[in-house]
Parts: sequence; C-alpha cells; structure tokens
Amino acid sequence: MAKAKTKAALSGPGKVPVSVLVNGLTRKAELEPCITLLDALREHWGLTGAKRVCDRATCGACTVLVNGARVYACGLLAIDVQGDEITTVESLDQGGALDPVQEAFVAADALQCGFCTCGFVVSATAFLAENPDPTPAQIRKGMCGNLCRCGTYVGVQEAVSAAAKALSKAARPPARRAGGKR
Amino acid sequence: MNSFEYGAPTSLPEAISLLSPRWGPTEILAGGTDLVALMKDYAVTPRRLVSLKRLPGMGAIAWSPSKGLRVGALATLDELARHPAVVRHYPALAQALGDAASPQIRNRATVGGNLCQRPRCWYFRNGYGLLALDSRKRSLVLLGDNRYHAILGNGGPAYFVSPSTIAPTLVALGARVRVAGPGRSPGLPASRLIALESFYRAPTKEGQREHALRPDEVLVELSVPPPGGSRIAYYEVRQKHGFDWPFATATVRLDLAGEKVASAVVMMGHVAPTPWRSREAEGALAGQVPTDALAAAAGRAAVGPAKSLGQNGYKIAIAQVAVERAVLLAAGLAAGAPWQEAAS
Amino acid sequence: MSAYDWPPAGQRRILGTDVARIDAPAKASGRAAYTHDVRLAGMLYARTVRCPHAHARVKKIDLSAAERIPGFKAAFVVQGTGTEIFWAGDDVVAVAAEDEHAAEMAMRAVAVEYQVLPHLVVDSSADVPAAFSKPMDPELVGDPDGAFAKADAVAEGDYGLPVITHCCLETHGSVAAWGKDSLEMHVSTQAVAGVPEQLALALKVPQSQIRVHAPYVGSAYGSKLAADRWGLSAAHLSKQAGGAPVRLVLDRREEQEVAGCRPSTYAHVKVGAQKDGTLVAWQSTSWGTGGLGGGAEPPLPYLFRIPNQRRQHTQVVNNIGSARSMRAPHNPQACLVTLGALDDLAAKLGMDPVALLRKNLGLLSAHADVYAEELGVADKLMQWSKRWKPRGTMSKGEVRQGLGVSMHAWPGKAHPFQCDLTIQPDGTVSVRAGTQDLGTGTRTVMAIVAAETLGLPVKAIHVAIGDSAYPVSAASGGSGTVGGSASAVRRAAVDAVAELLARVAPALGVAASKLELAEGSVRVKGGGPSLTWKQACSKLGGLPLSVRGKNPGAGALADSGVGGVQMADVSVDVRTGVVRLHKLVAVQDCGLVVDRKTTTSQVYGSLVMGIGYSLYEEKLMDQNLGRCLNPNMEFYRLCGIGDVGELVVHLMSGPSYDRRGVIGCGEPAVISPGTAISNAVANAIGVRVPHLPLTPDRVLAALSGATP
Repeated sequence: MAKAKTKAALSGPGKVPVSVLVNGLTRKAELEPCITLLDALREHWGLTGAKRVCDRATCGACTVLVNGARVYACGLLAIDVQGDEITTVESLDQGGALDPVQEAFVAADALQCGFCTCGFVVSATAFLAENPDPTPAQIRKGMCGNLCRCGTYVGVQEAVSAAAKALSKAARPPARRAGGKR
Repeated sequence: MNSFEYGAPTSLPEAISLLSPRWGPTEILAGGTDLVALMKDYAVTPRRLVSLKRLPGMGAIAWSPSKGLRVGALATLDELARHPAVVRHYPALAQALGDAASPQIRNRATVGGNLCQRPRCWYFRNGYGLLALDSRKRSLVLLGDNRYHAILGNGGPAYFVSPSTIAPTLVALGARVRVAGPGRSPGLPASRLIALESFYRAPTKEGQREHALRPDEVLVELSVPPPGGSRIAYYEVRQKHGFDWPFATATVRLDLAGEKVASAVVMMGHVAPTPWRSREAEGALAGQVPTDALAAAAGRAAVGPAKSLGQNGYKIAIAQVAVERAVLLAAGLAAGAPWQEAAS
Repeated sequence: MSAYDWPPAGQRRILGTDVARIDAPAKASGRAAYTHDVRLAGMLYARTVRCPHAHARVKKIDLSAAERIPGFKAAFVVQGTGTEIFWAGDDVVAVAAEDEHAAEMAMRAVAVEYQVLPHLVVDSSADVPAAFSKPMDPELVGDPDGAFAKADAVAEGDYGLPVITHCCLETHGSVAAWGKDSLEMHVSTQAVAGVPEQLALALKVPQSQIRVHAPYVGSAYGSKLAADRWGLSAAHLSKQAGGAPVRLVLDRREEQEVAGCRPSTYAHVKVGAQKDGTLVAWQSTSWGTGGLGGGAEPPLPYLFRIPNQRRQHTQVVNNIGSARSMRAPHNPQACLVTLGALDDLAAKLGMDPVALLRKNLGLLSAHADVYAEELGVADKLMQWSKRWKPRGTMSKGEVRQGLGVSMHAWPGKAHPFQCDLTIQPDGTVSVRAGTQDLGTGTRTVMAIVAAETLGLPVKAIHVAIGDSAYPVSAASGGSGTVGGSASAVRRAAVDAVAELLARVAPALGVAASKLELAEGSVRVKGGGPSLTWKQACSKLGGLPLSVRGKNPGAGALADSGVGGVQMADVSVDVRTGVVRLHKLVAVQDCGLVVDRKTTTSQVYGSLVMGIGYSLYEEKLMDQNLGRCLNPNMEFYRLCGIGDVGELVVHLMSGPSYDRRGVIGCGEPAVISPGTAISNAVANAIGVRVPHLPLTPDRVLAALSGATP
C-alpha cells in the first residue's frame, strides 16, 4: 500500500484514543480500531443493555440508534462512529420509569428470557418513530431484523401495536425521526 | 479480528492514496455491515481500513427526468428505497431494496457496499477461501453441501452465488457505476464508467474479486438511466418473510411494441457467481405477445443451461418459476394469482 | 382437605389471572444483569483453542507464541498431548488475557499439532460403517406379522428430523473468581444448585466453598445443566491468574458447534389398522445420532400402545458434539415418526385423521378424556370439521391449502424445591430459593403464590433466586420448576400465616385459632378487632418470621401428566416448494394455571420453536471437513416475527384441571408443531415430505416422487 503522503490521521494498529457520543455523553477509551461499537459499549462504557448474540449483524440483540436510525452495533467499529450520535436502551428509562414502548413490552409479555428484549425495544422505538400508526403487516415487516429464540413474537406484535397507541395518545413529537444522514 | 490501521480520509484522492494496488492489504470501509463480519471470520485480514465516512457529498441522491438517477455510493439502501424518485419511477428497484435484509441493515448498508459485498458461500465464510479448494485442489463446494450454490455459470472454479439482491435489477435498468482510482498525478484521480452488467465477473483464481474494481479504486457513484416506457418487475423466492436470502430472484424488463414484446431483459439473481442475464429467456420473449404460456416458456428457456451441482437441483425449478412469475408481473398478467397472495 | 390446598376457584384473587412478569421491567430496560453482563474489577477475558478436526489426537501443544502476546495472563491445557478428540470444536487449551482482543490473539497464537483420525459427522442414513453404528436389540410385542397380515390397511413411510441446536441467545459461559480457598462463579445455567457439585468434583474443592450465581439466564432449553469444560477452564484460569476474575463466554460459532445438539431421528415405519381405524400393528426401523454419547432413542410408537409391535433402533455414534437434552427430549422426534405414520394410515383408509386419533384414544396410557375434550376444542378453533378434506383435495392450483393434526403428552412433574419465606416486622416479604428463571416466569410464579396466600399484592413480594447459597432446589428441567416452586412457596406461605397469627394473637388478646388473615388484614373470626398487615407484622417484635417451604412431592398442590392437541393450517406453493404457516392452534392442558400470562407465553414460545424446527432449523455438517457449515444465525435460521402466522393458544381450565394442581407447561407444546405442520403439508400436496425441516428442496423432491 502507498506510503500515504497524506494529512489523514492513520490510527492504530494498537490502542488509540476513541471518543463517541453515547446518550448525550462523550465516552472515551483507548481502543484497538478493530473494537466494535457493541464491545466498546459493553466492555468499556458499562452499557450492557445491547447484547452480543450472533455478532454478525443478523439477530438484532445489539440494536442501537446511530443518528436516530436503528442499526446493529456489532457491525460497526467504535472508531468509525466518532462524530455520530449513539442512543442505547439505557437512555429510554432515565429516572427508572419505563417509557411507553418498554411498558408495552412488559404488559404484553413480549419477553421471556429477555436477552433479545433490549434490541427489540430499541428497534421498536425507531420503527414507531418512522411509522407511528403501523398495520400488523407493517409491524411484521418492520420488526423482521430482530430474532427471539424464546418465541415472543405474538407479544412483540401486541406490544408494538399498543405502544403505537400509547405514543399517539401522548402525542409525543417524533423525537427520533429516522432517515436522517448517517 | 486482527488488528489493523484505520484511516478516515477527507478527500477522494486521499482515500485512493491509502489503498493498496493489490487485493488483501487494504479494504474500504463504508457501512461495514459485510466487512466487519468478514474480518471477524478472518475471511479477509486487511492491515489497513480506509473509511469513506468523511468523504463529502458521496451519499447524495439526485433525479432528473432526462438523466435519471444518480446515487452516491454512500447512500444507504434505506435512503435509496425511500427516495421519491425511486418509489415513483423505479418500483421494481424499490421493491428489491425494500426486501433486502432487515431495517437495521438497510439503515447502514451503502449502495456501493451492497454492490461490492462478498459472497455468502459458507466455505468462504468459514475460512476455506473464495474458491474453496482443498489441499488437493478439489472444490469443497462440489464435494460438500452446495444446496445454496450456483445453478448457472457454474462451470467452476467459482460456484458461489452473487449476493446482491439489487444488482440484477440495476443491470436490467441499464445502471452504470463510476469508479475512481489513481490518476497520472497524485491528487487527480482518474475515473471510469463501467456498465454494471460488465462490472461483475466470476473469479478464476484465488485472490481475485467478483467485480472489476481494482484494489486501489473506489466505487463513487451509481447512475441509472430514466426508465422510459419499459415495464419492469422483480420477483424473488425465499422461504422466510423477513431477512432471509432468496433461492432465486428474477427481474424482467419488457419493452412492448403494440401487443408484442419488442425487447426484453431478463436478469436472474442468486443463481450464478454474477448477476445472470438470460439471453435464452429474452429470446423466447422477443416478438411475442405476453401470455401465461409465453411466461412459462421464458422460465423454461432461462434454466435451459442450468445444471445441478448435486444438492441444488431444486433451485433450477425455483429459478424457472421466478422468471415465469416476473414475466407475468411485468406483463400485467399476474392479477389474482394465488402466489402473489401467498407471498404477502 | 389440607390447609395447604389451593383456594377454591371463587376465592382466588391472583392465581390463574394474567399477571405481568415481575422481572420484565429489568429486562426491558437493560438493568437485568446476565452472566454476559458481569463486570468485575480486574476481570480477565478467556478464549478457547478448539480442535478443528472431527476426530484427532493431540500431538503437540506449543504455548510459547501465545505467552508472548501482550496482555496474556494464563493458559490452561484442557486436553493435553495424547488425548483423543472426538468432535470438531472440542476444547483443547483455554487462555486468559487482559482484554478480549488480546485473548483472541493469544488463542490464535497457540500452536497445536494433531494426528487426524477418520470421522463420521452425517447421519441421514442408517447404513454407516460398523464403527459408528450401535444397533440395539429388536423389541417385540405381541405378533406384529400376524396382525399386519390381518390388517385392512397398512401404511409404510419414512419420517425424520435432523440434528438441531438449542441456539440460546445468551451463549454458555461463566465468570469465575477465586478467593483464598473459595470459588465464586457467575454461570449462565439452569442448575444453579447443581453446578457447585459438578465443580467441586472436578476441581476437588469442598462444595461448601463454591457459590454460583445466575440471577438472569438468557435461556437454556435443556442445554445448560452442566458446568461444562469451559466452566472448569474459567475456574482453572482464575486460579492460575492469582484469583483474578476470568470471564469465559462462548462466541456464537462455539455455541452452535459444541453447546447444543438435539439428537436426530429417522425411521422407516409400517403401521396397520382395521377398516374402522383401530390400530393393530406397528413396525419401525429407526436410527439417529446424539453424537458420541448416543442417547438418541425415541419412545416409539409415541402415545399409542399398539398391541403388536416390532421395533429396532440403531444409535449412530458419530463425531459431533454430544447431545444435550432439548425441550421435551425425544418427544418431538417420536411424535413425528408416530403421528406422521398414523396420518398416512388415515389417508390410506380415507379417514379424517382426527377420527382415527379419536378411535384409538383407548390405546393411550392416560388422559383419554382430556384428549377427547381437547380435540373438540381444537376442531372448533380451527374449524377442522367444516374445512378438512382428504389429502390432496383441499385445493388445486399452484398454492395449496392443508390442515394437519397432532397430539402429545408430557409429565411436567414438580421437582424438588425449597424456599425461605421471610416476613419482616416492617411488613416486607421476601422469598428466596436456589432456583433460576430461564424466562419461564419462575420469579413471577413464586410472587403470585406468596401474594395469593398472604393476601398481599404481587408487587409486595420480593423474590430472590439464582444463588446457590439460597435453599436448594432442583435444576430446571422437565418443566418441573413451576410445580415445585408453587408447591413449596404455598406451603411456606401457609405456614408463615399460621406463625404470624400465633405471634400476633397476644396483641389482640385472643387465641391464634380465633384469628384469620383476610382482605389484607389480620382479624378475629366472625368480627371483632383487626390489624392491617403492617400493624400485624409490627407485632413480630425485633424478630423476623422465617419459614422454610418444601415441595413434598406429588400431591394435591402439583401433579404430573398433561396432554395437548395441535392443528396446523398451511399453504404450499407447489412450484417453489415454499411452505407458509397460516395458523397453528394449540390446546394445552397444564393443570392449575398459576399465571395465565406467562403460561400462555410458554405455549406461544413452544409453538414458535416448533415452527422453527419444522420449517427452517438444521445443523448442517460437512462430511468432508467434519465441521458444521452454519455455526451462525444467518444459515442456522430461526423463525422471525413474520414467519409464525396466527397462533391460537387455548389453556384447558375448569374444576377437573384445577384439582390436579400445578403441572409444568414449558415443554409439551413444542412436541406437536413438527407433526401438525408436516401432516398439514401432506394434506395440502398429497404426499408426505419425509424429513423436517420442510424446506423447498425437500418439498419439491417429495412432489417429484423422490424417496429420501
């Protein structure tokens, strides 16, 4: 490869300073460039709501929002989301009170072992921001990026539907409109 | 995954200057949805990653009735799928985009990355190489489990299927890609336009890629001509409703003269190491009035040259049906067909 | 009538209603800390070098390069030089390092030489080399040849299910930390009280010095009963690293390759009946693999004690990871082999398969009345009688409809369970048990039973589980936890009430026998002074009230033996072979329901898992490589939300079900989906697709007349 005559900062190999804006706070760590956002959140910043399950961008248990859009955190490098705004499940229930999507998951028993649940909750949050009044078919299509081995899909369907109603009743402005630049 | 060096250049010339002239030492990072998984599986082991995220303007989407669609390589699948011009003028593309992977993938995966994504062949992904040869140069695909492998263009040594679900439709639409690489002088990249149809190639040696991009080139833009008066339809057969790879896809483009097909383009996906153009099916359609029987004939023609590798014979039947049904959809003959209902 | 008996139907406040899972807020918010989420100061990360060959002998291990990796801390040789390894992915060396990346680099730097030995990893034919085949003695009941000769109809067919994996979302793993001479471990396990014994034996440490935590478990399905090699590795590495906590959790590839395997079953079956459908003869030649350990024999014929039988089973002993019990072990396999064959027999007789099942309810060993009632309920929910038509005649064209039926049984027997229920003078109540909640709702069940008995709201009960220091309870297996916990907590709470009344009586100036706990207060029977709960508890003085509850075994509180009936409605695109599930009806008996919400969820979950193994799931092994081709969640395909169709769950209820007490319900409903769906596909397309999963290749092959 070219001995780059370049101003571009080349980082690594080896640990380099990385700072990422997560839930409104700048988090810093010395990380190898190969560390994923998911592992940085879990191992370095104590945010363990997003889970490592398939670790290959398939199952959705690590779903977080990047600039408002839901993505798989296992498929991103922490160093490459510097400058982006990350939102994790931990931001949803600040103060200990569940938000309407979480409440709906609890009420519909849309979880069993719970290991996929945070991913579903974050995914549903983004989905409802894009589509505040979904049909059942739209929920099935819109939530297809999350897998649950315990088989809670009936509950998830019900929860997303109920959360849509609760959110529209609360007439909450769509705070996290997806579809922005990422 | 292995340690590597990460660069996030802020200009295209700079990005190009960071790329190696041979495959292997460097990789381009766009959305990362494929690359990060490949590195975790040690299917690729670059020493340097060149992130395109700081390149300005590479995610723009523009439409004009005369020039058609221009899509920056960093536009996401979701952005393209929702773009009003795509929804309105390229419904078959919107459908292929909307059915691809999952919302989380579509939010992150870029158009450029989708077109350059690597095959899902499980021998490749499990670390046995793109052509998956054993120590005696025998193909693990032929020896082993090839249920999802190629039925067309499968004379070897590549047996994987081209994974992009949008590439065949884009080829049918006459899309081109602009790629930029090192120019005569540093800071002045050379750019070339490649018809997407000739962008893809089946590698014949380990170490080659599945496309015409050179190792130090960046795919910067996709352009799609205006759709004109063509009737285009996309049909895919997959088992699961969401987030599952298709067994076969078909995109059929019909230009009618009166009642007859003046010309047809038949593209098939997930059946060959490249997006597959079926001249046989096109020939069957040309000059004919679309009917159920003609659609069936096109399907049969499409799989005429197909051959099973052992376990993937069923894909021949499926690919045939995909072409047949795409013809019916393009010709407007599919109303009320039970398979439309069943697929929803 | 005992004081412990469940309150009669009219007097239940909470029992049998829909109660939200009490740990759901923790799970929905990310606050629930699973083993994967444990972060301890100075924690090291471990990875395991795994054998890449399906059968090999370890010739040489060289750790020197690994030891030079920056951050390397410790290595533990799991299976050293000379050891014979019997499946790909088995543990050879475990290494620990400062962070995950360093651990991965160190793992990859370990050099192991192997002598590669011959292997077998496939099992779809019984015709395997003798070294891999363990034929079992044929079993004979009655006179099958005579009975077949006299039968009016005989059906013959092939049926099979491949090896699948548990695919727990939280992979197996643990965090181990040694104190001076004690070991503390967080383990993702379904046997919090059982793992310490296994660790003590293997590590030669007094069991009293080992404590295991598992407050939250990211599912298990039968695969997390053991400490496992990797659990021991974590403990060894921690010891070597001077007691530093060591986290060793499997990655997805490891989980799929070595941490979960449901045995396969394949069978050729001949079954005969009289004209009216009465079953007279059964003959089966079956085989399957549970890996090296065997353990793959299904109970054939399933449910129906056909009077004349000949059975012969062969264990294929091949080089895949050993079987682990998986949700209703052996039952889904036996169910498909048997009720698939009966469905084919009904088709041969031109009979509605529901009628054939009804005709033979007398051959069941128990609960014929339950099945009869359930078949009626399922019929209504599916509109079976109105809609069903003989095989291949439901509809014509490219997309064909079909209906299928199946039935199953499961013991669900309450298992040993102990708990401590404590009432504090400030009125707070806690229940502690050395059990675990795998997502089944154990915490919630315990809270409901305590709340019901103490006259308190569910949220007033604090439940603490997932700690081996708590009263010992059995591993969660066989759906035994709900019965065990309900029974033990009920008894503890009843005893606690008696003691509370006795200790409060002096304050009210009456004998304890004159007091009762009702409507949230302690009052004198028939009127008189009363105390609120809090007031009453304040009379305990400085001494909390604590009682031990114990499930004494089968009795009035918990029973065993449930039946279920399922019906499936599918469509099949006969051009592409794609099967779509439209509706699955599950009518399930589970005795007395403690929490309708989580019980229903268990049945839904079973159906979804059942749909998965019916249509998608298969652990694919490459005989040439000896390895798994799909150790991921991309090609090991689970059901998604769009794939499950309409699920209808009906829990049988009423006095005759209630009086049997609580019976486990986590497993039975996973047994029938494969059979109901396979039968529905046969009804739709007119031929049997012999083997699950019902993927397009298999469906198209069956349609073209191919044999498996």
